Amino acid sequence: MFKDIFRKTKYVTIQAAPIQKRSPSEDGQQKPLIIKKKELPDGLWVKCPKCGEVLFTKNLDENARVCTACEYHFRITARARLGLLVDENSFEEWDAEMLTQDPMEFPGYPDKLVVAQEKSGLLEGVLTGQAKIEGVPVVLAFNEGNFMMGSMGSVVGEKIVRAIERAIELRLPVVIFSTSGGARMQEGILSLYQMAKTSAALGRLAEHHLLYISVLTDPTFGGVTASYASLGDIQIAEPNALIGFTGPRVIKQTMKQELPKGAQTAEFNQEHGLIDLIVGRVQMRSALARLLRYHQEGAKYGASV
Amino acid sequence: MAHLFDFEKPIVEMIQKISDLQKFSEEKGIDLSQQIATLEKKVASLKTEIYGSLEPWQKVQIARHPERPNFYDYAPLLFEDFIELKGDRLFADDRSVAGGIALFHGTVVTVIAQVKGKGTKENIKRNFGMPHPEGYRKAVRLMDQAEKFGRPILTFIDTPGAACDLAAEERGQGEAIARCLQAMAGYHVPVISTVIGEGGSGGALALGVGNVILMLENSFYSVIAPESCASILWKDTTKAKEAAAALKFTAQDLLRLGVADEIVREPQGGAHNNLHQTAEELSQVIAKYLVRLREETPEALREKRYQKLRAIGVFEEAATINLEKGLD
Repeated sequence: MFKDIFRKTKYVTIQAAPIQKRSPSEDGQQKPLIIKKKELPDGLWVKCPKCGEVLFTKNLDENARVCTACEYHFRITARARLGLLVDENSFEEWDAEMLTQDPMEFPGYPDKLVVAQEKSGLLEGVLTGQAKIEGVPVVLAFNEGNFMMGSMGSVVGEKIVRAIERAIELRLPVVIFSTSGGARMQEGILSLYQMAKTSAALGRLAEHHLLYISVLTDPTFGGVTASYASLGDIQIAEPNALIGFTGPRVIKQTMKQELPKGAQTAEFNQEHGLIDLIVGRVQMRSALARLLRYHQEGAKYGASV
Repeated sequence: MAHLFDFEKPIVEMIQKISDLQKFSEEKGIDLSQQIATLEKKVASLKTEIYGSLEPWQKVQIARHPERPNFYDYAPLLFEDFIELKGDRLFADDRSVAGGIALFHGTVVTVIAQVKGKGTKENIKRNFGMPHPEGYRKAVRLMDQAEKFGRPILTFIDTPGAACDLAAEERGQGEAIARCLQAMAGYHVPVISTVIGEGGSGGALALGVGNVILMLENSFYSVIAPESCASILWKDTTKAKEAAAALKFTAQDLLRLGVADEIVREPQGGAHNNLHQTAEELSQVIAKYLVRLREETPEALREKRYQKLRAIGVFEEAATINLEKGLD
């Protein structure tokens, strides 16, 4: 219900915070970004699934849909994420008109696509384009969790590859936010090979000495974890996000193995050496801006940034 | 025929009938050669009929046949020499992935293969052919050497999927597979990937970034196991047969979809019926493509492999087309 309301608010504007040079330990004390919304759904509240705190939707939205009591990160849409991240009016969307076909004539697939389009307000499961984050130009991609669990079929793979290839042409860094159940079953082997396709494109990006930051959000699994989401120069995760190759239910079912508490969380992944940084959603914009700035071309050793 | 499939029963029944008739004819001294010849013809046509029109689920059963030849069965028949090299230098040696240097038609090649075990004991040792991250990291280590020394790479795919336990998660299964994909896409040497049995999901794909992708006639290569697909679609793992048809993952499907380049023939009924014949077919087809690929420049090999991947996917750009039409 709240997801729907949140989705209708297609964009939010952000007052860009002044560039603050702070050490990461102080980030926690940083004030949340001020988000002005075009329309405010009022009189609505939501219960935090983690701490049980009853939160006003308005307050929750103003805090990037992070629980004000326990910092639980509610899932958000691709467009909401975009709104939280980029400089006002700086986003240029790419390949928005690409449509999926049904190459396998898979049972029920066309209907599922229609439902997903209605639920997400997108034609496919990824939003790509170019924007600026605190003035730094960047190529962005966001998986849309409401579109068939953010699964990767032909269009998602193709849009991500086109975005990476354009980043090479434009000599820009790439940031991809992943939220996905994995490769999309309904397009069979074609979905599977999107993993190879996206990984190959990122290889080319690397050869051009261009930065790729992978941001893993809740949940990221399967074929997306086993391709572009794991290939970042810098691997970032949102707190408590579930990240893994095999889903916890499948591990339990097939291996008859109980997972320890906290397995496959961002923190678990960091402990096992798979994640560089865990960054809260409220701090994400400034964290990315710092990293992007330090990798800008011409930012030579010892030069001020 | 120790392991018999339901769809093979009519053939076996008829063969039984023939041997009964032969026995009867010998015992009683009655000439039944004409009847036997007729039945033998029938067996032949029945075999052609049954094995020539196998359903996807039947192919899955053949691909998973407990006696289906694995990489170690083929290796001595495919290569004049094979030196197995072990370990990922980071954690362990994964025995569900074999790798090393081999001599193939006189050419030194690097070989990487997924290996299922034969029987329970060996299968436990090889984790049922399901590699852990160290298996994929061993593969990258050895393939990097192939790139360094300019050797072609031959990969053989045969896995139900990557290991899906806690240990795999802790050691970064996703990252290990992703690195494998990226590494393979970047090599300047010929890469030929052959699916010899099961091609299960991302765990199989990790070795599947070839200039050429070959499939044995009864192998399959799928985004998801048919049982898991049935469980998601119909909440019923027993509907794997229907899922197998929906997923379009047979060698013939993949050839049609432009993912596979050629199907390697198997003896009637499957590779397990004649190992030597299958190995010979494999050897011939791989050699044919290797000769072609070795004529390419290193840069062309890499570029063409990228373009092959780049072309996989079906979509339309309807809005653009409509817009353009509207502007006319």
